[in-house]
Amino acid sequence: MLSCAARLVRAQIQSKPTACWVVAARGYADIVDEATFTTSEYALHKLDEGPSQTVTVTRDDALKYYRQMQTIRRMETAAGNLYKSKVIRGFCHLYSGQEACAVGMEAALTPNDHVITAYRAHGWTYTRGVPPVNILAELTGRKSGVAKGKGGSMHMYGHNFYGGNGIVGAQVPLGAGIALALKYKGSNDVCVALYGDGAANQGQVFETYNIAKLWDLPCIFVCENNGYGMGTAVERASASTEYYTRGDYVPGLRADGMDVLAVREATRFAAEWCRSGKGPMILEVATYRYSGHSMSDPGTSYRPREEIQEMRKTRDPITGLRERLISVNLATAEEMKQIDLDVRAEIDKAVEQAKADPELPVEEMYNDIFVDEPPFKVRGTNPFMYGMSK
Amino acid sequence: MAALQTLARRCSTSILKRHFSVSSPVAAQMTVRDALNTAMNEEMKRDESVFLLGEEVAEYDGAYKVSRGLWRKYGDKRVMDTPITEMGFAGIAVGSAMAGLKPICEFMTFNFSMQAIDQVINSAAKTYYMSAGKQTVPIVFRGPNGAAAGVAAQHSQCFAAWYGHCPGLKVVSPYSSEDAKGLLKSAIRDPNPVVCMENELMYGTVFEMSDEAMSEEFLVPIGKAKIEREGTHCTLVSHSKSVGLCLEAAQILEKENIFCEVINLRTIRPMDEETLINSVKKTNHLVTVEGGWPQFGVGAEIVAKVMESDAFDYLDAPVYRVTGADIPMPYAATLERATLPGTQDVVLTVKKSLHIQ
Repeated sequence: MLSCAARLVRAQIQSKPTACWVVAARGYADIVDEATFTTSEYALHKLDEGPSQTVTVTRDDALKYYRQMQTIRRMETAAGNLYKSKVIRGFCHLYSGQEACAVGMEAALTPNDHVITAYRAHGWTYTRGVPPVNILAELTGRKSGVAKGKGGSMHMYGHNFYGGNGIVGAQVPLGAGIALALKYKGSNDVCVALYGDGAANQGQVFETYNIAKLWDLPCIFVCENNGYGMGTAVERASASTEYYTRGDYVPGLRADGMDVLAVREATRFAAEWCRSGKGPMILEVATYRYSGHSMSDPGTSYRPREEIQEMRKTRDPITGLRERLISVNLATAEEMKQIDLDVRAEIDKAVEQAKADPELPVEEMYNDIFVDEPPFKVRGTNPFMYGMSK
Repeated sequence: MAALQTLARRCSTSILKRHFSVSSPVAAQMTVRDALNTAMNEEMKRDESVFLLGEEVAEYDGAYKVSRGLWRKYGDKRVMDTPITEMGFAGIAVGSAMAGLKPICEFMTFNFSMQAIDQVINSAAKTYYMSAGKQTVPIVFRGPNGAAAGVAAQHSQCFAAWYGHCPGLKVVSPYSSEDAKGLLKSAIRDPNPVVCMENELMYGTVFEMSDEAMSEEFLVPIGKAKIEREGTHCTLVSHSKSVGLCLEAAQILEKENIFCEVINLRTIRPMDEETLINSVKKTNHLVTVEGGWPQFGVGAEIVAKVMESDAFDYLDAPVYRVTGADIPMPYAATLERATLPGTQDVVLTVKKSLHIQ
């Protein structure tokens, strides 16, 4: 177990960015407008060429990515604390460590593109446009939650965002179906269907690859490989851990999921591929989750603490971006510190509201069964209790 | 008496196969297959976002020819042949509905829907609720349900009880051609997930179709049962092919001056309790008839509903269920025949209810 963890960390470390250059001379007042970096290599499958390793980012974009990742990190930390104090119940799967995946991908997509993911969905719900307060309030089950408290952690929906899905792998065919609708309507948009290394072995995923390739669906299948499917390391679950190749006849690539710019570049490449009518593509992002699978899993019984600490110290996506920005004068440490403080204040305020807001009145539990339906009686828990569904 | 008989005959559409009616001017006759075909054709013509997918629905014209001619008319975009991957294509159908299309997802038989049942229940049925009304799933799952002839255990199961169990789904089970056309059209127009369970053995059955039923705007409302035949002594309630069984039994019993009221549920979920209860209050006797298994079946639910309603006080006998035998379906013809309910089962049970013989 230790050897495969070490292999994972080693593989991740190899992809640390090496070269970069500045546009202007360094100086306190000399903040630059953009900078260029080199990402690590992308692994390619059935592709003659891949995304560029040379990535350019503007100051505005860089700070936006930083802020977004930091917001997800703070929000997930707050969710973890709320769970420990029993204000959040049931399932709570944290995205901490994987922020660069959601933020990097969103950076290459537009709000007109569509996204569907599995249950580790809070980060995506945010990048798809739902304010943190409505995410946290959903977690605490309040009526100000994005699903009025009726969905919980795994069932949050937004504009062109289809959750949040609890059944492992089920979201993958759904995503291809969304892509089918996009193609049917003659749209230029794509659907991104995310799944984990655990779900990657599901039969329905392969059924989906088949139809998506047959019908040239504009679907990017994204495997967020964080090295573990719950407590099972990838080597113990998959005969092949090269998830970007598992689509066989579907071209694929693997990118460093801890590098937000690499993720952005890879997504841009994949999106262009799909938009041009060439059919689906698989994008594997090698990432890591600091927490356990969910809040009921400490995450330390199947991987060494040293591995987690090593990842935090050397591969953290937020720290990595911060160091990059400072090193090329794209931003100052002070202004990023200010972003940290702003985000913390925003999340703290959201937490207070998520704790204070009321739940839906019980009578409303009967609503939202059918759409466009005149009010009808719904049976309650005894033969003499009925609600009206509106 | 004669008037009652004429009334009874007028109320029922058609009882026996290939029965040509000359009692009153009638617009047309149609097989159940053609009624379903017409429904899909009309709805696809009316709404660009309606499309059909499933195994053999396009170039083969449908495994049971229900989709005959649709691919030739609408092409690859609207009628799609899928590989034999139910979970995959059902999930894709649900996803396309989430993104605004109106898919008709055909299962070659509902037995195969078991492979995709997670997508039907967890992805389709529950989503509107889980999203607190943000995400709709306007999908129709359709196909033949229940026993066919000699197809043995894995291909003969009735799924009415399984799908009828789940909130968030509408479940319809047509009997006649009018039912089939009107219910399928309603299902396609319904913005909620609807399971439409047909019957393979009924596909070739001819029924009269009124002028109204032949029109392009003909809809049968989901959630409303139909009284196929009025009666006073005992209520027979059923769905799908078993409605025909009840009508046959009613004819037999009529010769002994026992007049049964035959209710065609049309919709399993939401079930038309009001029609059931009013009928029981009138006749004081109830027998449910279905092809599916007895335990936790449609009949079991009807019994529970009646027990808990004020119709209970009107019962002069317990509610009895006529069902398929509680065994996996055997292949041999005699055994299969004995596994499915026949008119003699209904007649016997009605008489037991009425304490006759």
